[in-house]
Amino acid sequence: MTVADLLSILPQTILEGLLLGFVYAMVALGYTMVYGVLGLINFAHSEVFMIGAVIGLEVFRFWGNPEAPVISNPFLLLLVALIFAAAGSGTMAVLVERFAYRPLRKRGSKSILVPMITAIGVSFLLQDLTRIYAALRHNEFNMQYRTYDVLNTTLTLPLETTIQVKGIIIIVISLLMLLGLTYLVNRTKLGKAIRAVSQDMQTASLMGINPDVIISRTFLIGGSLGGVAGVLFGLLYTNVTPYSGVLPGLKAFTSAVLGGIGNIPGAMVGGLVLGQLETLSGTYLPFLTNGNFGTEYKDVFAFLTLVLLLLFRPQGLFGQNVSEKV
Amino acid sequence: MSALNRLALPLSIGLTAISGLGVLLTLLGQSVLTGGLLNFLLLLAVASVMALRLPTGWRSGLLAGLALALTTLLRANTDDKIAFYLLLAVLIGCFLLPNLTGLVRAALGTAILLIAVPIAGLSNSFLFELGIQIGIFAALALGLNVVVGQAGLLDLGFAAFFAIGAYTWGIFGSPQAAQFIGGFPAQGLPGNYLFLFMALAIITAAITGVLIGLPALRLRGDYLAIVTLGLGEVVRVFANNLDKPLNITNGPQGITPVNRPDVGILADFLRAIGAERIYGRPIDDAIAYSFFFYLLVLVVIGIVVLVNARLANSRFGRAWVAIREDEIAAKAMGIPLLPTKLIAFATGAAFSGIMGAVFAAKQTFVSPESFTLQASINILAFVILGGMGSIGGAVVGAAAVTVLNLGILKDFSDLLNTWRQTGVSILGYNMANLPPQLNPAKYERLVFGLILILMMIFRPEGLIPEQRHRAELQEARQEAKEGGGT
Repeated sequence: MTVADLLSILPQTILEGLLLGFVYAMVALGYTMVYGVLGLINFAHSEVFMIGAVIGLEVFRFWGNPEAPVISNPFLLLLVALIFAAAGSGTMAVLVERFAYRPLRKRGSKSILVPMITAIGVSFLLQDLTRIYAALRHNEFNMQYRTYDVLNTTLTLPLETTIQVKGIIIIVISLLMLLGLTYLVNRTKLGKAIRAVSQDMQTASLMGINPDVIISRTFLIGGSLGGVAGVLFGLLYTNVTPYSGVLPGLKAFTSAVLGGIGNIPGAMVGGLVLGQLETLSGTYLPFLTNGNFGTEYKDVFAFLTLVLLLLFRPQGLFGQNVSEKV
Repeated sequence: MSALNRLALPLSIGLTAISGLGVLLTLLGQSVLTGGLLNFLLLLAVASVMALRLPTGWRSGLLAGLALALTTLLRANTDDKIAFYLLLAVLIGCFLLPNLTGLVRAALGTAILLIAVPIAGLSNSFLFELGIQIGIFAALALGLNVVVGQAGLLDLGFAAFFAIGAYTWGIFGSPQAAQFIGGFPAQGLPGNYLFLFMALAIITAAITGVLIGLPALRLRGDYLAIVTLGLGEVVRVFANNLDKPLNITNGPQGITPVNRPDVGILADFLRAIGAERIYGRPIDDAIAYSFFFYLLVLVVIGIVVLVNARLANSRFGRAWVAIREDEIAAKAMGIPLLPTKLIAFATGAAFSGIMGAVFAAKQTFVSPESFTLQASINILAFVILGGMGSIGGAVVGAAAVTVLNLGILKDFSDLLNTWRQTGVSILGYNMANLPPQLNPAKYERLVFGLILILMMIFRPEGLIPEQRHRAELQEARQEAKEGGGT
């Protein structure tokens, strides 16, 4: 391939990276917000995301059944799926906080390992519960999203790029969610309370904020975003398994760290950057190395970027440099 | 309580005697006590001897008697897994129970490991398999225990070091090396080189530990966790894809067959001591290899435990604990942070590297499938369950989870299947209607997840806590009770 060929596929690659980046950004927000208030890597968030995808799938499957559709308009169906996924994932995140993390907090353990290991445990538990559900309900492991021609119609954009209708939907919904969240965090009373708790939980509680309520709400918001992202992810890749939350979750967490964990705009930017890194390296690595190192190494590339960035900027792109308190 | 104390001795003697009698009767062909009841009695006897307060001498004697009874029973009923689990419990007990003399521990432990388990294993080679698996996982748990438990560095990519060890022997002890090194023996190095490569695996794994540690260990806490996770995945992705441009790892198909050492001498030895009578057939390669790997794993575990115990009480061990408790204070006391952490990483990596080489030879097969994130987290589960920082805990954690996974879950699945086929009804529910997808052996993640959550909520210090850690957690609990915590 010549340089001109490589350049000509660049706009399309960037566009695809953007779709992926928006999904990562939404999941990354869930990680970063929880980290902000609790200082905890919520490993279970990848399962909250996956459960969102499964809920969306079930809505499509049962209310969109082609023989007797309850809702025949795919756009409306998608909207219903998004709402149910947001509600379901949000509730799941709140329940996880209530029954796994809060007991630890109440006992006053200071170790950071204890909640993190609990989070890993919750994540495993949710994976296999979903697997049992999928096995009992459908007797399968791989679940397929229903596809609709209307959603898969390809549109041509300038610069020889093409995008499917569902791609446009993903971008629009993600933008709306991200703007909504920015508004919520910066302009509302709840947002102010969340920021206060993440700055200093004890002082916030002296100012009449109930930290437990705020933490619960934070999980609700993060979980809902994760659920929406799950449906969009399912729409994009059509295949969902009980374990398909793990890798996107890991990437989303990487995005959050990239942007500076705990920092909300940082998570959005981190997600978009990681989406680009991944698609760009996936497309160009085979050409640059003469096919010796193929697309399989795109994850390696993403992780090595993270390690490099952390070496030079341990607080991430936008994080504040917090010095250790003695 | 005092009544129980007074009754403790007669109770445990009585239970041991009755169950011993039961075993004797079974041997004589008089099935007065049927299998299930006898197992239950033995369980009670083991539990009473281990849990009640007994004089040292009596406890040693009763443990020895129970070990003898269980071995005899295993010899008679080769499929009696519960007896084997109880034997393991006695073994663990004789290392961990507080008031036994060193001599008793050593004698009883050696007798069980070198006589009782081999007799049981020769009768039913699944028991060797179980023992080998426990040993391999115990070495991994001990390795991670140095990193997470002693030095307090959360490493979520620990399976990478195991992979390095396994591939070190897997590549050179198989036809694989001839693929990319011209003039290399076509079948790979002969199996006896394994012993050399176990030493090499220590070195390669330790070097990998330093290489991963150098960037990762500059970060702390959560960042360290995610970076080690990422780098662990990087190692796996390389193992999965390095079949081109040079075919080094043979990609996702994995490497097979990996050579094993020659066991002719061991087979001769087994024949000489008349093991054929126990085995019931002429000694063949399969059983000789099972026995060989059992012994090898035992030796490696012994070395690892010894090194680990010596290290824990050395300057490094104390420095690790200091870093775990308070990094800044440790630094102020003049502990060089990065080198000390790197030594912890390299030590842990070395422990799992050497077992990796053994693992490759034992399986005669290496593939990236064995070294996923799931594997790393399983190892973490062993350490957590056993008790972070405690050596005995790591071994017990590995043993408990392995028995649960390979033994109890499978047995439970089999039991459910039998119920399903015979259509027993339990609590008014006809078991024949139970969907076949509900197969407990398949859902090990669920079990791991539950173990991790419940342990963290109810017993974060683990089954056998490290002394220092226990004190610290109790203090935190006390503070929370007094309303000091937030």
